[in-house]
Amino acid sequence: MAIHTGRGFSAINYPIGMNLGGDPSQALVHSNPDGKFTVALSAIDLGQGMKSVTRQIAAETLGVPLADVYVDTADSDTGPHDMGSFASRGTHRMGNAVIQASLEARSVMLEAAAEELEVDPGDLMTDGQGNIHVKGAPSRSITTMAAAQAAQFKQGRTIAGRGIFLIPLSEVDPDTGEMSPVTTFAHAAMLVEVEVDDETGEVAITDMQSAYEVGRALNPGMVEQQLRGGAWMGMSHAAWETTEPYYPQREHGPVDFNSYLMPGPGDLAPHHISVLERPAPDGPYGGKGPGEMCANPVLPAVVNAIYDAVGVRLYELPVTPEKVLRGLQANGGAKPRQNLARQAV
Amino acid sequence: MAKKPVSFTHNGVETAAFADPGQNLLEFLRRGVGDLTPKYGCGQGTCGACTVTVDGEPHLSCLTLAESVEGRSVGTVAGLANGATLDPLQEAFMDHFAAQCGYCTPGMLVAARVLLDANPNPSLDEVIEAISGNLCRCTGYEPIIEAIMAVANGSYGSAGRAAL
Amino acid sequence: MNDMSNMPASKGILGLQNPQIEFRKDLFADERDENLNEIGKPVRRQDIEGHVTGRSPFYDDHLFEGLLHMRYVRSPHHHARIRRIDTSAAQGMPGVVRIITSDDVPANMNTLLSLLDFGLDDEPVLSDKKVAYVGEPVVAVVALTEAQARAAVKAVQVDYEVLPHVLDPEEALKPGAPTVCDVYPGNAFVYHGKYNHQKLRYGDVETALKSADHVIETRHQMSPIEQAPMETCGAIAAPEQNGRYVCYSGTQGLFFSLGTAAKVLNMPSSRLHFIGGTVGGGFGGKVDSIHEPLAILGTVLTGKPCKSQWDREEEMQVGAPRGAERWYITDGVMNDGRIVARKFTGYFDAGAYTRLTSYAVIKCVGHLPGPYTIPNVSADVYCVYTNRTPATAMRGFGVTGVDFSIEAHMDQIADTLGMNPIDLRILNAYRDGDMKAHRRTAKNCAFIECCQVVAEKAGVTIKPESKAASSMKDGGGERGQLPAFTATDENGRVEGFEGWSYAKKGGGSATTGSVPSTTTPTPASLPQTPQPIPQPASPAPVTPAPQAPTPQVQSPSPAPTASSPKRRPPTRFSSISGFRRR
Repeated sequence: MAIHTGRGFSAINYPIGMNLGGDPSQALVHSNPDGKFTVALSAIDLGQGMKSVTRQIAAETLGVPLADVYVDTADSDTGPHDMGSFASRGTHRMGNAVIQASLEARSVMLEAAAEELEVDPGDLMTDGQGNIHVKGAPSRSITTMAAAQAAQFKQGRTIAGRGIFLIPLSEVDPDTGEMSPVTTFAHAAMLVEVEVDDETGEVAITDMQSAYEVGRALNPGMVEQQLRGGAWMGMSHAAWETTEPYYPQREHGPVDFNSYLMPGPGDLAPHHISVLERPAPDGPYGGKGPGEMCANPVLPAVVNAIYDAVGVRLYELPVTPEKVLRGLQANGGAKPRQNLARQAV
Repeated sequence: MAKKPVSFTHNGVETAAFADPGQNLLEFLRRGVGDLTPKYGCGQGTCGACTVTVDGEPHLSCLTLAESVEGRSVGTVAGLANGATLDPLQEAFMDHFAAQCGYCTPGMLVAARVLLDANPNPSLDEVIEAISGNLCRCTGYEPIIEAIMAVANGSYGSAGRAAL
Repeated sequence: MNDMSNMPASKGILGLQNPQIEFRKDLFADERDENLNEIGKPVRRQDIEGHVTGRSPFYDDHLFEGLLHMRYVRSPHHHARIRRIDTSAAQGMPGVVRIITSDDVPANMNTLLSLLDFGLDDEPVLSDKKVAYVGEPVVAVVALTEAQARAAVKAVQVDYEVLPHVLDPEEALKPGAPTVCDVYPGNAFVYHGKYNHQKLRYGDVETALKSADHVIETRHQMSPIEQAPMETCGAIAAPEQNGRYVCYSGTQGLFFSLGTAAKVLNMPSSRLHFIGGTVGGGFGGKVDSIHEPLAILGTVLTGKPCKSQWDREEEMQVGAPRGAERWYITDGVMNDGRIVARKFTGYFDAGAYTRLTSYAVIKCVGHLPGPYTIPNVSADVYCVYTNRTPATAMRGFGVTGVDFSIEAHMDQIADTLGMNPIDLRILNAYRDGDMKAHRRTAKNCAFIECCQVVAEKAGVTIKPESKAASSMKDGGGERGQLPAFTATDENGRVEGFEGWSYAKKGGGSATTGSVPSTTTPTPASLPQTPQPIPQPASPAPVTPAPQAPTPQVQSPSPAPTASSPKRRPPTRFSSISGFRRR
């Protein structure tokens, strides 16, 4: 009749983008008469923030304020082809396509400004605040609005750009499995603390300490969103959810949220996150996609922590009180290991 | 079977629409009245995405008969803002990244508003209890709780406003 | 003993007022430029005002005059032949506008991967010959209200002849098991037209295991789970103008769904207008395009807007889950913790139809053996058919299950050796320049650093050499070489199938398969902004792997499965992406 604490560790990497490649994304960027830009995509925002991250990427690349950019998605009549939002591909593929399209639009805008200022486009820079000026001579400047108006109504230029990003499809060897799966990987490590009640078998996850390497935190708020929400889903996967509690038998499959269990706001574990950034050489501003790998390390860390707490190894997910109790019974009781105790470093 | 007229107050405005016999309040609000803000998450009363207020009390509109709001007052997230000014909870949710896909957000905000109207200074446990009927699959709840606590702690000015 | 004195008195959110996130800008600092304008700022999301006002337009947030509702007659059996479908009682029921059977579907095959010319078509839109899982749709009813559609569904009579079923993937692979999916009589997806599994062969595992100090075997099982987004799957279709149809969808792949609808309905894609992009959670469950073709078909047949949606019960038990996986891992480990061999046998439970599982297996094999440099690795990974709800993608697709197994297995190794589990990870970690089991060079690694950061902040003491390790040091060299010898085999050989053209290897002997240099979009003029130039959108050139020696066949190939005439694949769609049609 005791509560035992335990700590478990796991570490992973995760492939970024659709396996084997062959998954293109396209973007179109164009300016309205006043130098405000629309990014036309057919990418899908599931909540992961596709519209927002592509907006930041476009604004950065165009050299204009965020407020002057709007991302419009998804309409198959106006948005060019995108493979879809899955496989942690969105930021990486669509981000790169948006960069390419934005670079083209930007170059036209600079040509227009150069013509108005009677300089070479190579002498110009944007300040990110809505102005284009000669490098080293900030007073020789023109607003992006004026440049756009001049381009479209006087010079006859379209301030527009197209982009596509495609990693060519890789082959797969039937006999060795040789392949080029993806070009970049994200990484994570996780240490989870649990409390196990050896009388009821209940496991409470009481703390999570993680490190996630995401290439570049393009928007730190959205990165944190993903990591917190994803780790929650990992926790849920480890110890709450299943559509088939008696797999491979199909009986008693849940049909509502009363029986399909997920941790609620009262079940949360404090989650202390460290974000590392090692930019992907081919990522947009080095960005990888944290959206999937955030959940994965929690699952093994939880079962490892249970072993550390009571000496019971669980080999089947999800963790349930019944499985813990059966394990305790088979072991003749709790046999704490507690091998990962916190020490002064 | 004939449709039934239902007269009620919708976010402060007197209105009327026709309900199919046995239609639930969620479908009635969405397709009968044209208020698309409450969402269908389960139709079983277990997820809270459909949360609205009826005479100020939180109700699961998927399990409420449309006809039962005859003569009563219904509030949805569409009524949360004060004209063009967003409710402090809405501002707090935006600042704290308390929404990702946004599907649970209307119901979540209604639950939070009901809490703060009744209890402007809730404890952490009281906030947790108030939103325990609203499932979120994206955020892991922590940013939502932070946003509500920030409003309760006065970071957004006056927290109490009996909007719904 | 763990020091838990910092835990709060009540369980809850520690650090609520002080969210604990740190950005370790000190690590890899020289590879990053921090001088950007909009990138790196926690700016407010573009869509969040829509979310907090309820104005974000999900697919169902569009009003239509005369919207019709579709519900489905579904199999109550795991496995059954359909003898007779009688819709007569349902036809006359109140509100019923149209009843749709398989005969009404112009091309009654919905196999998403057929758009990529990957595998064979195996799944009907509406079944007419047999059903292979509880919940499989047989008939669609379109009615004025949802309640009327539900009532009419109950009145449809289907005579079934119940067949034996199989629910365990290893049982399904045994000779004599009921055939779940007629396209694959052995209940396994056929890879490259050759094998009933995807192989990974790198070095010589069996020999290495013999010389290991310890051999550690585990078996792990992950049961299926639901993506469970708060918004269930669905689509609304309506007639537009000019003979076109608009479809509002919660899909995760707009053009995947559009392409699927075009093929199923035998309609040029130019007549379809898909609108989406604002989805109430997906997590992989909205890649399958089940509702769009049916909703559009309903509209085509009735001339009215049609909505097809799963209720929550359907979302849970009919909607495709993350498939179950079973993993057998055998490691050869030395006393000092080095893993010298790792062998996998993995079973992905695809359920009754392929959907995306065949592809998950390839993704998985490309991920093995995890972020570790192990000189001998082999894997046999199966896509197995059972009589349950077909599986599909979910967050971590192809990787979550095996990573669970690997990392629990690693913990068991650490325990067996009496070694700190973090030291074990760092010792075996992959580093820049190492050769990976899929024969590509590792780069841009950060696994070691993640382990170090967690060890430090969790107060776990690790060895000095673990603290001093770096992803950027001590990789490559010998570790970057391909193995001198790789043991291969023809186990699991299957006859009578052709390989699909997606990612098909040309020629007979193993080639390096190096990726040709990509057409990179080179920026015409780089922006001269206060901040340095953004990274051009060019994939890093892949280091071509050195020529692999001709693999020697180690064991005689077992007798192929009972020979049958060369199989003619079922109706094949040409791919929208222009791959060769077979």
